[in-house]
Amino acid sequence: MDLLLPILYTIVPAALIAATPLLLTAMGGLFSERSGVVNIGLEGLMVMGAFGGIVGTLYFDSLGFGAASAWMGILVAIVLGALFSLFHAVASITLKADQIVSGVALNFLAVGLTVFIVREVFERGQTDTISSGARLFRINVPFLSDIPILGPMFFSRIYVTTYVAFALAVLVWYVVFKTPFGLRLRSVGEHPMAADTMGIKVNRMRYIGVMLSGAFAGSGGAVYAITTAGNFAGGTIVGQGFMALAALIFGKWHPFGAMGAAVFFGFAQALSISAQQIPGLANVPQVYMLILPYVLTILALAGFVGKAEPPKALNQPYEKGSR
Amino acid sequence: MGNIFKDKLFGLVVPLIAIGFGFLAGGVIMLLSGNNPIDGYVALMQGVFGEVYYFGETLQRMTPLIFSGLAVAFAFRTGLLNIGVEGQLIVGWFVSVFVGIVIEAPMIIHLPLAILAGALAGALWGFVPGILKAKFQVHEVIVTIMMNYIAMHVVNHFIRNFMLESGQRTAFINDSASLSSDFLTSITDFSRLHWGFLIAVAACFVMWFILWKTKKGFELRSVGYNKHASSYAGMNVNMNIILSMSVSGAFAGIGGAMVGLGTYNYANILPSFTNLGFDGIAVALLGSSTSIGIFLSAFLFGGLKEGANNMQSQAGVAPELVEIIIALIIFFVASSYLIRWIYSRLQSKKEGK
Repeated sequence: MDLLLPILYTIVPAALIAATPLLLTAMGGLFSERSGVVNIGLEGLMVMGAFGGIVGTLYFDSLGFGAASAWMGILVAIVLGALFSLFHAVASITLKADQIVSGVALNFLAVGLTVFIVREVFERGQTDTISSGARLFRINVPFLSDIPILGPMFFSRIYVTTYVAFALAVLVWYVVFKTPFGLRLRSVGEHPMAADTMGIKVNRMRYIGVMLSGAFAGSGGAVYAITTAGNFAGGTIVGQGFMALAALIFGKWHPFGAMGAAVFFGFAQALSISAQQIPGLANVPQVYMLILPYVLTILALAGFVGKAEPPKALNQPYEKGSR
Repeated sequence: MGNIFKDKLFGLVVPLIAIGFGFLAGGVIMLLSGNNPIDGYVALMQGVFGEVYYFGETLQRMTPLIFSGLAVAFAFRTGLLNIGVEGQLIVGWFVSVFVGIVIEAPMIIHLPLAILAGALAGALWGFVPGILKAKFQVHEVIVTIMMNYIAMHVVNHFIRNFMLESGQRTAFINDSASLSSDFLTSITDFSRLHWGFLIAVAACFVMWFILWKTKKGFELRSVGYNKHASSYAGMNVNMNIILSMSVSGAFAGIGGAMVGLGTYNYANILPSFTNLGFDGIAVALLGSSTSIGIFLSAFLFGGLKEGANNMQSQAGVAPELVEIIIALIIFFVASSYLIRWIYSRLQSKKEGK
């Protein structure tokens, strides 16, 4: 136990920090997919968010906002993500493009566009690194961090953004399952014709769903870039968006399920980095930790780990009057 | 009769309009970012046709794109969306290089064996989502995305732990497994053009032949059109799904073998995806899943990527512009609803007169 605790004190905060962008982005994916629009473009939306977050932070820092710049940067990322998701919304909802193809195109476009702008503005492949004055810092929560065992694990050396993300997940659950808006959103994703008959504007709900996914994924990308990466380049976001999608599916399209999956994937990530220091795990090849989230998602979909059932109208454009 | 002709013509109109829109948008972006679009596009064209070296490199670049395009298209004909071409290509690349290194044999055996090994690896990587789709009705898109990451991490693991040479890569393959061609290199001013290009051209014929001239191909397309009708007609839908994904994976795996045995002659640790597989989605989509269309759009995208280098050095435009153009072309093709709608409006106006 004496050996295990210090390890947990490093692994648990690292896992929670790694889980944060996944959780935020998975919440975004939840809004989109619950409204019936597949969002393979989460990756691209995170790229946009990371770009907006870093550029916003640099800009507001240069204006002298100091410690608040990171938060302004995240705000920029949210707006940028929501606007950028309109590409996906217009193509897949209004123009009835294949939602998966449109999402793939969104990923291409995000990387191309952001790196292009970075090259034009910074004249190299990456942005400046945000200054230490504008960074977010790991904090100890007053009082709670003094609790024995739990304190050092959950309330020490963690970013505020992590707590915000977990609070948001609860809020998402409330909105999606306890409010009329959430009911409408889900009904559009399950049976759009029935929803339309009841006077719900199907396409409008789907636009809202996709734009919310852009906003959340944007914040997820920004949080990753600001807390973990520190700058933006084409390789800042590599696969986190797809891993968030995996978390959403592994969590069976439910906010708390996705939360659990995100934390679990965060653990896998933290372990893959620090497994060498852990007795008993040192001999396990790193590759197992790296592929674990993906293998589990496949197993979950195949029904070996509880069947994951997607919303019924997922990936189907809604044509008024069709049956 | 006239209608069929019109449909065929229309099938050509959508991609052409999409390409036009894509380049137009690229020009606008160049204008907005303070570059001269005409200079940019001239440099781009020169970067493809200006020197025989550039042209050779373009053909070299389009080789794996043809295969990934064929892979996406083949699955698509059976109604499946294979996003996993990327992963299938990566395992094909690695396994073909592995066979190229560890086996000693005369070229007539070694080279086909290495390519076949790549094809089998890709087929296995396509078989998994295929069987999951057939047996458990799991949507192939998510599984293939996950398989991409598994492919990348597993291949990196093998290279890092068992085959590592300096430079984050494996050793060079034996000459007897190499597709490199002194002849093709010499006529293209020392580009990396290799025999794989001819194999890619042949593969276009093979796909056309399988899909349109064999009974199995008819079944595969039939399942793509209507699963239920095919099932009533006595076809084994599940078997066809598994077969289609495996063949699609094999195409992708050979594409990887072309990169491994032809372009580089080794495999390296991948920090992120090659994007060759994802580009295949664009190639297949723009080429309307036809062999000739895939060949032409692979040439377009290969040319864009090659020309981007010259565009950067000569006109100072960041090479990522071509990624933007490609993404927009996909958007426009996928949104052909808009083009169709405008077209039908124009058509009905004409008839009104």
